[in-house]
Parts: sequence; structure tokens; C-alpha cells
Amino acid sequence: MNLHTLTFVLSITLQSSMAVLFATIGEVFTERSGVLNLGVEGVMLMGALSGFATAYGTQSLALGMVAAMLVGGGLSLVHALFTITVRANQVVCGLALTAVGMGLSSFLGRPLIGRVGARFSAWPIPLLSDVPVLGSALFNQATPVYLAYALVPAVWFFLFHTRAGLNLRSVGENPAAADSAGIPVLATRYVWTAFGGMMAGLGGAYLSLAYTPGWKENMTSGQGWIAIAMVIFGLWNPWRAALGAFLFGGVNAVQFTLEANQITLVPSYILRMLPYLFTIAILVLITRSKAIRARVSAPAGLGVPFEREE
Amino acid sequence: MTRFRLEQRVEPSTAGRYAGYAVAVGLAGCMGGIVFLLVGANPLTAYTVMARGAFGSLHDLSEIVVKAIPLMLCGLAVGVAAKIQVWNVGGEGQLVLGGIGAAGVALFLAPRVPPSLVLPLVVAAGFLAGALWAFLAGILRTTLGVNEILTTLMLNYVAIYWVEHLYFGPWRDPMGMGFPGTAILPEVAWLPRLPGTRIHLGLALALLAAVLLQAVLSRTRWGYEMRVIGENEQAARYAGMPIQRTILWVMCLSGGLAGLAGMTEVSGIHYRLQQGLAVGYGYTGIIVAWLARLHPGGIVLAALFLASLLVGGDQLQAVMHLPSAVGLVLEGALLFCVLGSDLFSRYRLRWWTSRA
Repeated sequence: MNLHTLTFVLSITLQSSMAVLFATIGEVFTERSGVLNLGVEGVMLMGALSGFATAYGTQSLALGMVAAMLVGGGLSLVHALFTITVRANQVVCGLALTAVGMGLSSFLGRPLIGRVGARFSAWPIPLLSDVPVLGSALFNQATPVYLAYALVPAVWFFLFHTRAGLNLRSVGENPAAADSAGIPVLATRYVWTAFGGMMAGLGGAYLSLAYTPGWKENMTSGQGWIAIAMVIFGLWNPWRAALGAFLFGGVNAVQFTLEANQITLVPSYILRMLPYLFTIAILVLITRSKAIRARVSAPAGLGVPFEREE
Repeated sequence: MTRFRLEQRVEPSTAGRYAGYAVAVGLAGCMGGIVFLLVGANPLTAYTVMARGAFGSLHDLSEIVVKAIPLMLCGLAVGVAAKIQVWNVGGEGQLVLGGIGAAGVALFLAPRVPPSLVLPLVVAAGFLAGALWAFLAGILRTTLGVNEILTTLMLNYVAIYWVEHLYFGPWRDPMGMGFPGTAILPEVAWLPRLPGTRIHLGLALALLAAVLLQAVLSRTRWGYEMRVIGENEQAARYAGMPIQRTILWVMCLSGGLAGLAGMTEVSGIHYRLQQGLAVGYGYTGIIVAWLARLHPGGIVLAALFLASLLVGGDQLQAVMHLPSAVGLVLEGALLFCVLGSDLFSRYRLRWWTSRA
């Protein structure tokens, strides 16, 4: 493997991990606040559609991203309403949200199939992008990729080193105690469920505006679910979740490179199964390693509606 | 000032529940109407087309039953697992595996066994293949504690790529002029049909499954254990019930039911393995089960109801050129509304005045 191929694989790895990365970061926060949102797949699809449609109509990529985040956040507020206020079963609500998102995006997106609209192109950062291999892979990317570089450390710092982050975690771990301490449990959960949806919407828009520009039905092909798996792999920590997304991108890059070079070492149908088999494999690995599980586990209040005892 | 709060009822109110269904259907209909307006279609016209498409003739009604068969089986699959708090969202993949199993037996084993044995073997193969697919996720859950929602879902994608590979590749009909699909199954492997319709023996199978499941749940020790595990796992553990083993068995049963759905599609409708096997019945089964609150009899009714939405949605596409995906939107909206209406059977609204 020469340096050129290495740069190429690394670059594709980054690009194909982005959508999962945004969505998984969002879901880390949603779950940390105690809400399980299984609707990520549907929210991502609606984000992809609204992002593309807005950018197509306005020629503005920024507006496209904003629209995707608003739509994603709005859809997740529906989930929040039903799980937090109505106290309905969170798993079933998430599945209903997935159905609505999938159905609505295919229904509304029909006229946009095959249209060519605005798209992100690579924006090399001077000097940095000249560094061989790492530099030209990391710093010759579309703008949303740079956004992700800044996002991961920022959200990590927020979650573990600020008062608001502590409040958010306490609401997920022990809502009754958080409530006694005067933290508004329900409002906190609403906010972070909406944030999770905004990130999932952004991930979707990355797909339709940068990764595979254009709108296609079900273009996320399970990436929303993979993002949820990466939250578990990441043990509810943004850095580790990002690592999971990166590994997922790596599997995609290997698949892509083999297919592009027509290397038939592995039959193509097996290659296409790889991301999903890989996701199962890393879920097995993470749940097997008892040492890790003993140290970190899901937020104790995850999936449990909060009801103040009076 | 006057405020309201929700008080939990001791017993869920039955009247509230039925009223809730009615309100939910109405609300979901309104949401669907908004979606129609978004694409510039008249909601009244759209619903009329759907209703006429679903109930306009005897043939349409028979098509509802045809689509309800896999929905009943997939709904039962989700329902039986959910009874013990296991989330099988892999119905789609298990359905595909059931189709593969049925087609495999019909294509490769049928010539070697007596004709009267073929159909029972096809049915068994469909059940077993689906059960095996669910077993994979089940064993990961019971031995390692791997989240079954994600594994069953990932296996859906794997199953779909696998079946595509089979009918595009090694199982493709050599005489098919490049058509992606297997050869037509031998006639002995076909499920008999009701003359003049596409309703096939799978209907009897699905109804039988619902009756058996209800009987097992309400009248056997096994069903009792399932109910205890589902409602209070800790109590089940103290009582020494084999929780992990039950989860594994229920998972296999669940997968088997979804596998039967794939079998009925292949040997009752398509008569071959081809595109159009994985059209979402496995996912809709989740909605069927929860609309029916996991009750087997209710699942049969909910399957018929959602099948009428599907048949109506197809007409929408044919007549008004609107994507049939609106069916999925309505299903999701309906599920939300039913979940929401639960609030009023579980809680009562109390207005109270406080001296502020």
C-alpha cells in the first residue's frame, strides 16, 4: 500500500464516519439526560431531506444545515413530548418516530429524487493540507468535517467540566436527587432530546449535502441505528463514541477501496454486509469486556420516565 | 389559580381505552391530512381514493386479507417477545430468512421427497430459518447481554443483502433470461389458495398461531412464567424461573413466526424468491403489535386495519401518483396517538385550585 492509497483510505474513513459521528454525539447527550431516542434513523432521514431541499431552493449550504437541525430538533421534540410528558414507552415511541421519519421523507422527497443541488466541496486548509498523508487527509475536507473536529472536544468539555454538564448527567443518573437539588428534570430532558435530534439532522444533512450529494429514499441505510450502537460502544462518552464512528468509517473505507480497485478478494455482497456485521461485533466486544462494564454503564435513569413523588 | 394534574388510575379504564382508539384514529387522520396538504393534494380526495381502493370491491377486500397475513405473523412475532420485555425489531430479516428457507427446501429438496411431504417441510423450513436468525441475537443477549434491539436490526440488513445475493447469484434461474429471481417453485410447494383470490392457507396458519399463542399465554405454566418475567423480572428470579432460557426460547419462537411470514409470501404469493420480499412487513409488525397492546386477538384485527392502509396507499400511488409511503406516516402517527391516548386510560385529569 503506497502513501497515496493510505491518504485516500484515511480521507474516505473520515468522510464516511461523519454522519454517524454527528448523530452519535447527539444521542450521547440525549441518553445522558435519561431519554432513549430510537428514532435517530428517521430523524436523520428528515434532516437529509430538509437539508437538501433547503439548499436546493436557496442555494445556501448554511441554510440547509440550519434547516436540517431545526427539523431534526423539532421531530425529536415530538419524541420528548410523548416520552417525558405523556410518559409513554420510550422504545415504542422511538420506533414510531423512525416510521414517521422514514415515511415522511420518502413521501415528501419524491419530487427531489435525482435533482442536483448545492453541495459542499473540499476546502483545503493552507499549509496544514500540504503535510503528507495525515495533513492531506485531515485538512482537505468539506467544512462540516472541520466542524466535527471542534465539536467533539467542545461537547466533551461541556459534559464533564461544566456545571450545566454535571446537571445534565445527574438528571440521567438520578433524577429524583437532581430534582431535590432544584434542577429542572423535565426541562433538561426536553433540551437534550432536542439537541440530539438537531445533531442527527445535521448528520443527515451531511449525507445529502456532502457525502453522497442529492436525495435518495432511505439514504441513511441504517446509519441512525449504527449511531445508537456507537453510543453503547462509546460508553456514553463523546470521545469514545467518536472513535466508534471513526471505526465504522474505516470499515466503509475498506469496502469502498476494495470495490473501487475491483479487488475481488471478498465477494461484494459480503462487503456490503460488513458495516452491519462490524456493528454487531463491536457491540459484542464492548459488552464482553467486563472490566469496562464494571466501571461505566448506561445512565441509571435511562428509559425511565420521571415522576415526582408527592 | 386553577391547574390540572394527572392522577394515576388504579385500574386502566376500558372505556377510556376504546375512546382513546377512536380519538387516536381521528388525530392520526388529521396529521395525515396535513401531510397531504403539504404536497398540494386534497386530503378528502386522497382519503376517498384510499377508502375506495381498500374497500371498493370484493377483490380489494381479499387483498387486505392477503397483506394482513404476513402482518399478523410479524405482529405476533413482536408481541410474544415484547411480553417478556424483549425487543425483536428484526422481523424483517427473520421474514427474509423464512423466505430463503422455504425457497431452498422447495427448490432443492422437493424433487427428492414424496410430494405430500413437501409443503410441511417448506413450512417447517420457513419457521426454523427465521427462528435461527432470531436465535443469533437471542444467544448474544442471554450469554453476553448484548442489546437485542440493535443486533436484530443489524441482522435485517445482513439478511436482505444475503437474499439479494442468492437470487442475483447462485440461486438465479438459469432459464430466467437474466431476470433476478429463482426458478418458479414446484407446484407441490405452493400454499393452496381460496379460488378467485390470492388468499392462501397462510391465513389459517396465522389465525392458528394467534389462537395457540393466546392459549399458551393464558393457560399454561410457560405462559404464566412469561407473564411474570415480563411484568416483574425480579419476582421471577426469586421464584427461580429460568429467565435466560425463556428469553432464548421466546426469541426463537418470535423469529419463527416472522419466518413463517416470509414462507407464506414466497410459497403463497410470489412462488419464487425475488425482489419484493422485504417490503417492510417486519417493521409494520412492530406497529401492529403495539396498536394491539400485544394481545394476540387484537394483533389479528390491527393487522387487518394496517393492511387496509397499505392497500389504500397503493391505490393512492396508482390513482393520484402520490407515494405509497404515506401509509408508513399514517402508521407512525397512529402509534403515537395510541400511545398518547394511553395517558387517558392510565391517568385521569384532575383540576384543582390552589391559593397562590
